[in-house]
Amino acid sequence: MARALINVPAKAKRGEIITIKTLISHVMESGFRHTSTGVRIPRDIIDTFTCTFNGEEIFRAALHPAIAANPFITFHTVATESGTFTFKWTGDGQFSQTETASIVVE
Amino acid sequence: MSAVTSLPLFGPVAALLVAATIISAHAEIPLNERRSGYADLGRETKAMQDDDTANPAMLAVLDGEALWNARTGNGRACAGCHGDAKTSMKGVAARYPAYEPKLNRPVNLDQRINTCRVERQEAKPLAYESKDLLALSTYIGMQSRGEPIAPPTDPRLTPFREAGRATYIRRQGQLNLSCAQCHDDNWSRKLAGNIIPQAHPNGYPLYRLEWQSIGSLQRRLRNCLIGMRAEHYDYGSPEYVDLEAYLMWRARGMPMETPAVRP
Repeated sequence: MARALINVPAKAKRGEIITIKTLISHVMESGFRHTSTGVRIPRDIIDTFTCTFNGEEIFRAALHPAIAANPFITFHTVATESGTFTFKWTGDGQFSQTETASIVVE
Repeated sequence: MSAVTSLPLFGPVAALLVAATIISAHAEIPLNERRSGYADLGRETKAMQDDDTANPAMLAVLDGEALWNARTGNGRACAGCHGDAKTSMKGVAARYPAYEPKLNRPVNLDQRINTCRVERQEAKPLAYESKDLLALSTYIGMQSRGEPIAPPTDPRLTPFREAGRATYIRRQGQLNLSCAQCHDDNWSRKLAGNIIPQAHPNGYPLYRLEWQSIGSLQRRLRNCLIGMRAEHYDYGSPEYVDLEAYLMWRARGMPMETPAVRP
């Protein structure tokens, strides 16, 4: 399993804009490179990232071959209620990883 | 040139004098003018290094922590002897390369990790620049973050440090450049649009955006030698370790930043 780092504030006030940061370890091999013997290195990238909050999708990103290794995705949302964020990365070679983080909204 | 050719007898003497002047004239950066490569980073890269949840080198730190606690070889983990790295490894990376009496020469942190693996854990040594070795050295290195670089005062290290310094100021490669010409004489100026840093080893292993991965100081040295069109050494070679020893001494007292981020 790939290493992932999630940064979600543990607590927030209702209506506050919060920043979510995610970082995942992945080679993001573009598929355009060749080895020294001329063999093409197959593409191996994460192509989709989604974030759901209490089951509802709040953020989605499509990733492409030009994105660097270890993609760092940061975005904002409004804290409405306490709950759990679920982050999911999917990609080539049946790559799939899910992480969760919870927040308390006062 | 004409003066030398017209006086053939004094030619070699003059050449020697010139060479001696170049070596003695080579001025090291005064201690209070030294600055970390961090100072030349852009705002975004600084932010990346400053935030442990944005610094991609922290992924290697997580791997390193897992390896530190994992049993291997004869069933021993690093933690089995050394305990919690947060206390036992504090300041350790800031003291390497250190003298190894068995080899009669200094070893760097990577080599020490592998010695420990082979002798204490009876496990296979890890390859240089492999994911696992970098993870362990990054994890150990991070325990010295903020600590001043403190090269050992062991006098047996001196000749190796001197050898490193000699390599540092020696012109080499097709471009006929020495390390010192860029990093002592022309730091803060530009090379191909990039600011030339002072070349302090205070953040290694570090995440280099160009590499899209973490890498050791030796990888950086190899990179520079290739850029000078010089023949680079094998990873772990004595030349690199001597150079590391000199660079750490040159950066003595500067705070460690491991794991740093550099462009």
